[in-house]
Amino acid sequence: MNKIFGIALLALTLSACSSTGDKAAVEDRTGGTTGTATQAGDGKPAGNGTETTGLGAEGVKGSAIDGGKFAGDPRKDPASPLSKRSVYFDYDSFVVKEEYNPALEAHAAYLVSKRDARVVLQGNTDERGSREYNLALGQKRAEAVRKALAVLGVTDAQLEAVSFGEEKPRDEADNEAAYAENRRVDVVYGDE
Amino acid sequence: MLRAVFLFPLFFLALLSAPFAAHAAMEIEVVGGAANRIAIALLPFAAAQNQPAPALQQIVGDDLKRSGQFSLLETHGMAPPDLALVGIGDWRSKGAEAVVAGQVTALSGGRFEVKFRLLDAVKQTQLAGYSYTITAGQWRATAHQIADIIYEKLTGSRGAFASRIAYVQKQGKRYELKVADADGQNPRTVVRSGEPLISPAFSPDGTSLVYVSFEDKKPIVYVQSLRDGGRRKAAAFKGSNSAPAWAPDGRRLAVVLTRDQASQIYLINVDGSGLTRLTQGGNIDTEPVFSQDGQTVYFTSDRGGSPQIYRVAASGGEPKRLSFGGSYNVSPTLSPDGRYLAYIGRDGGRFRVVLQDLANGQTRVLTDSARDESPSFAPNSQSVLYATVQGGRGVLGTVSLDGKTRARLSEPGVDAREPDWGP
Repeated sequence: MNKIFGIALLALTLSACSSTGDKAAVEDRTGGTTGTATQAGDGKPAGNGTETTGLGAEGVKGSAIDGGKFAGDPRKDPASPLSKRSVYFDYDSFVVKEEYNPALEAHAAYLVSKRDARVVLQGNTDERGSREYNLALGQKRAEAVRKALAVLGVTDAQLEAVSFGEEKPRDEADNEAAYAENRRVDVVYGDE
Repeated sequence: MLRAVFLFPLFFLALLSAPFAAHAAMEIEVVGGAANRIAIALLPFAAAQNQPAPALQQIVGDDLKRSGQFSLLETHGMAPPDLALVGIGDWRSKGAEAVVAGQVTALSGGRFEVKFRLLDAVKQTQLAGYSYTITAGQWRATAHQIADIIYEKLTGSRGAFASRIAYVQKQGKRYELKVADADGQNPRTVVRSGEPLISPAFSPDGTSLVYVSFEDKKPIVYVQSLRDGGRRKAAAFKGSNSAPAWAPDGRRLAVVLTRDQASQIYLINVDGSGLTRLTQGGNIDTEPVFSQDGQTVYFTSDRGGSPQIYRVAASGGEPKRLSFGGSYNVSPTLSPDGRYLAYIGRDGGRFRVVLQDLANGQTRVLTDSARDESPSFAPNSQSVLYATVQGGRGVLGTVSLDGKTRARLSEPGVDAREPDWGP
């Protein structure tokens, strides 16, 4: 199996190279962004009487290849704000706190760039009180996050706010720390 | 548009017809009782060979005791030799106000004849006498019917022992929607799921259940036939679909939808047609319940800043607030006789069952527990079924309207919640 896969990979790489012409390609496997991987010098003075001279366009030029199936998913990169999926709320509150703005802005940018992407915003509450009223409270929180994303340009068709109320607690303990963990909206993508 | 889909009913058919004899039933614990209880001599019924257990007078006696309205005299286990030879005078001298005697006779084909008489010990006259021909499978139902007759003749109110309850049982990550006799016995599973099930409610004729299932990763309202297990989605709109309630005609439902963003109450036909929005605004409106005449809908709303009970005409209009004590009153339910509203009120961190007289607005706290939820009246309006927590586990409870008699229905090792008392 590994041999077959290796051959297939080699073939893929070769065909990719041939598409960029005769010059050697510089591969960028780190992600889906494209750009020029090698920059030529520009001959500008570096200051302090020293002059630098550019060598012109002698260096090889390459263009990056889209990572294709090898591209990492930015939503799963722990360094990306897109990996932040939970918005926590204070007791009896539906206000999205400012600390979540960077994450929500990143999700909105992702959704604006991918109009076929869908997210479900799942509202949750702690276990105290009526199940149906808690379902409505969770909905109010999910709705607050939905509105924040809509303001940032995400279309209605991409968003659905739903509630689990107190029915699917992440922490099943009966204490304040568990209650706080469960007062939450999760951002869940349709393709995950 | 509503996507009403008939789902494959055979799976549920199989569930319904599966043998449930192995299922453990609930244990009952009764606390308290009315101040003036009716003293009854419930004599052992003359038994037939191979009759089912427990004996009929045992089931009848447990029913009567659970109501808190009766005290049962010690009868020393002796059945009278003949129904015509019951010594009423002896029982009268021991303080009995009524005497019940009966007999069971084995018939061919595994059937039984059950006869019983209810006698007034003071007037020495018969108040009721019935004969039934039954199968072994109708044993408990017959006992509940006898208890209903005794209850009605002696208290003047209809009995509710032959009615059924629905509730959700949680064991680990498994959820089962169950239908049982009003005493928690004879439980049968009608839905099994790995995702939460909430808010079951019997249709007015008792042939269907409406409930909310999370099996599709969001709350969706289903209506399911108890006869064949077939079910359909009654409300599956964008967003959340929950809090279903039957109109008294059994043809319409009130549901809570978030398709227009806020949780709002809508009316919809059971077949999914005729959707109309009942409440307006951007606040939470939920937990609708119809009045017996179908003209009014009671519900929970946070429009005044905290969750309180309101009512609105089923044709729409301006809602009127009904609850004023405390900052958290939720889950309204109406007595079938139209006299009372019951709901859950929070007071000092405790959630308890509150009874409110609709005529004068006076309230009374019925329970002394701390985590009560989901109240539901008995079909005879004499008691309230609710969920509570005991020893960290969900159990069901009933309480009489004077708060003096309480019963707990629980099964070791499992969580019971979301009860509804049906016809």
